[in-house]
Amino acid sequence: MDILVIHLFNALLYTSVLFLIAGGLSLIYGVMRIVNLAHGNLFALGAFVTASAVGQWFAGSTSAALYLLIPTGAFAAAAVGAALEPTLLRPFYRRPEEYQLLVTFGILMILEDVMRFIWGPYPLTATTLFEQMGSIKVGEFIYPRYNLLVITIGALAAVFLWAFIYKTRFGVVLRATSQDMRRASALGVNVNLVYIQAFTIGCFMAGLGGAIIVPGQSAVLGMGVDALVLSFIVVVIGGLGSLDGAMVGALIVGLLREFAISTFPELELAVLYLIAAIVLLVRPAGLFGRTT
Amino acid sequence: MSYLETQKLMKYFGDTHAVDKVDFQIGEGEVVALIGSNGAGKTSLVNLISGLLTPDSGQIIFRGQDVTKQPVQDRIKAGIARSFQIVNLFDELTVVDNVALSIFAREGKTRWFFKLADHDHGVWDEAHEILRHFGLDTKADQLAGGIAQGERKLLDVAVAYALKPRLLFLDEPTSGVSTREKAPIMDVITSIVRSQKITAVVIEHDMDIIFKYSERIVVMHQGSILASGSPEEIRANESVKDAVFGPTHA
Amino acid sequence: MSTIALIAPALRRSPVRIAVWAVPIAVILAVVPWVMDSYRTIQLAYGLIFAIAGLGFNILLGYTGLLSFGHAAYFGAGAYTVAFMVKYLHVQSMELFLLGTIAATLLVTALFGYVCVRYTRIFFSILTLALSQVLWSLAFKFFWVTGGTDGLRVPTPKLLGAAFAESEDKIHFLSHAYYYYVLVVFVVAVGVMWLIVHSPFGKALQAIRDNETRARFVGIRIRRYRFVAFLLSGVFTGIAGALWVPLNGLVTPDALVWTFSGEIVFMSVLGGFRNFTGPIVGAVVYNYLKDFAVGFTVYWQTFMGVVLVVLVLTLPTGIVGTAKLLLATARRRRSQ
Repeated sequence: MDILVIHLFNALLYTSVLFLIAGGLSLIYGVMRIVNLAHGNLFALGAFVTASAVGQWFAGSTSAALYLLIPTGAFAAAAVGAALEPTLLRPFYRRPEEYQLLVTFGILMILEDVMRFIWGPYPLTATTLFEQMGSIKVGEFIYPRYNLLVITIGALAAVFLWAFIYKTRFGVVLRATSQDMRRASALGVNVNLVYIQAFTIGCFMAGLGGAIIVPGQSAVLGMGVDALVLSFIVVVIGGLGSLDGAMVGALIVGLLREFAISTFPELELAVLYLIAAIVLLVRPAGLFGRTT
Repeated sequence: MSYLETQKLMKYFGDTHAVDKVDFQIGEGEVVALIGSNGAGKTSLVNLISGLLTPDSGQIIFRGQDVTKQPVQDRIKAGIARSFQIVNLFDELTVVDNVALSIFAREGKTRWFFKLADHDHGVWDEAHEILRHFGLDTKADQLAGGIAQGERKLLDVAVAYALKPRLLFLDEPTSGVSTREKAPIMDVITSIVRSQKITAVVIEHDMDIIFKYSERIVVMHQGSILASGSPEEIRANESVKDAVFGPTHA
Repeated sequence: MSTIALIAPALRRSPVRIAVWAVPIAVILAVVPWVMDSYRTIQLAYGLIFAIAGLGFNILLGYTGLLSFGHAAYFGAGAYTVAFMVKYLHVQSMELFLLGTIAATLLVTALFGYVCVRYTRIFFSILTLALSQVLWSLAFKFFWVTGGTDGLRVPTPKLLGAAFAESEDKIHFLSHAYYYYVLVVFVVAVGVMWLIVHSPFGKALQAIRDNETRARFVGIRIRRYRFVAFLLSGVFTGIAGALWVPLNGLVTPDALVWTFSGEIVFMSVLGGFRNFTGPIVGAVVYNYLKDFAVGFTVYWQTFMGVVLVVLVLTLPTGIVGTAKLLLATARRRRSQ
């Protein structure tokens, strides 16, 4: 029985992080109809920046300061996003989709190398906070408290995001622009501003996903592509352009992965991708959004 | 027995009854106009019969066969073809390529990948012939995306016509075209349709065109068929006038 | 007036026009081993091999409108098939390698293609990426079969039954006999692909690319045609992988990694994916470009990424496309 609780926590941990990444992707697509292949690398960037901030740059600080430093990765990712959107993405909104994919793929390659340049090819760890928080007992097992923090942050992010989109004025503007850009523009909405804001928020979310996961796991090159593929699986299940879909999709993928890992641990990486392909075969239409 | 009939055909979009228990019939060789205000369900009906949409309930019987569950390619083989209101062409291919493709597809030749398309003179001769009928042969080698709107509308019909259909649906073939071009376009279309004895359904808004070119008019309103009859009968029908033109006319 | 319209298309596509520039290029390619040193000849051999991969890739992108980010899967499948045939079946014949590769890549492509062609655009692209990553991670996980990160060695094969004599040095073999073998396969591949894209099937693919709805309403079964295009694409790329591995001497999971898929995409975009010769030109140029960049900096991926972004922003039709545009403008100016 207790082992099931552990598994559940692990699944929810994964769900939290996946929701942040996939939610960001979905938000961007929902508002702007663009797909950013470099999105996963913003998650990786968040992980690296936070790992550096917590593990190296301010390594000796007090615990409280370290906690406050966790979101630095998210802000770094948001900054990069804010710089990218008006310069490299905006010229492609009217062009055929292949060109968007190609340019964001180019950005993906550049970001990957930039991270290699700054942080080198080896994994980066920043486990102080993780170790400090210790563990709690779950029956005869112990479970890291930090993971529970991550789950909480993920849940809070979901709630906050939902409130932001459905309860604030900015959220209304966002939804209007996503439903009918031309009409929103005709009503006086500064669409360019909305776009850059939406993109920045989406990148912030991805960066936050990386930032909160890194005290528990190391930041490693290549995590960006893995994250990209997984977040796409999430949005295909849940529907692209829907935050509810991202939540449900993240939950399903989180649970499936935990089940797969506990039964076939050696094949973890391959099984993940395989599950993705199988789920897509079985569920070609998203639960909430569009797949085409 | 009618050439094509629908039985209690229904299509909902949420709460809206786009097509509401429609019993539509057309006899062989007829040229029927399908009219109605925007949202009346004309295009939805054509979309259902041609296979772009699947009905929520009801049946479509074509030449005695139930085609309701058949996919698009089977309906085309059975002889149903259509043109599109918003032109659907292969823009990066030439005008003659567009028509030739229809012919290749019709003859089942698109499966071949070890023969040169250019060497099949029969197909290209027929394609040029069809373009001549439609007055487009001077534009044969231009890209379909680069010709004028009126020519694109004609090409859209030509591509459907090249399938040698038995039943041809034309969705607003003159929409988006300047007024003085409408009649020539309709002249070309109707002369071809009549000479080849193709059964045709034309969705149109322009009343002059409708009364000039069709033998029978079917009026749709809010998803149902309101009336069906000759142009004179329809012209005299009060409820049609109310539905299509609005109740404020004198 | 109409007679000209009837003649013009036939002339444009006539074999005469093609022979005018194809024959000199073929001659040049044929004399390369006698004119250039071994290193450069082998470099060109790599370029021709990637050109075959690019041709395969581009039947999907340029002609069917499907952008695959997972073509390394088929290249690597071809390469690993050869390596497995060496290790487990003790095969040495290049012809058997090619046959084995065709069979193996057909299997992999059919499996992946079945899943992928149910989707379009971004979902298709991501799915191809995901599936190729499956293959890549399998190459790591099953290291006792695949040699893991160390990979598997592949010795020089027997071409047409004649192993190279012990006295002949390997470099000479690769830059002469093997180069010609690659050249012949390249010419055959170009010919076959040319035939395919100019066939009624090729036209149907372009129709599907241009307007899926219209293609469906002309009676074309979209999914089926996409699947066949996918198969053809994968097999061509697999053959390239099979040709590549004896040249490289070794196959590692790097042949399956997503960055390599990216390179294949890059090559076609560089050359111009809307032209038949685009991927060929792009692959050869890219090969030289990469060799230069790798020698220049360890951050060649940044260089490539920047070039890709600039290309897509400024010269989306690639080298061949831009060249054609310039030629057409020059011709028009001359006739005015």
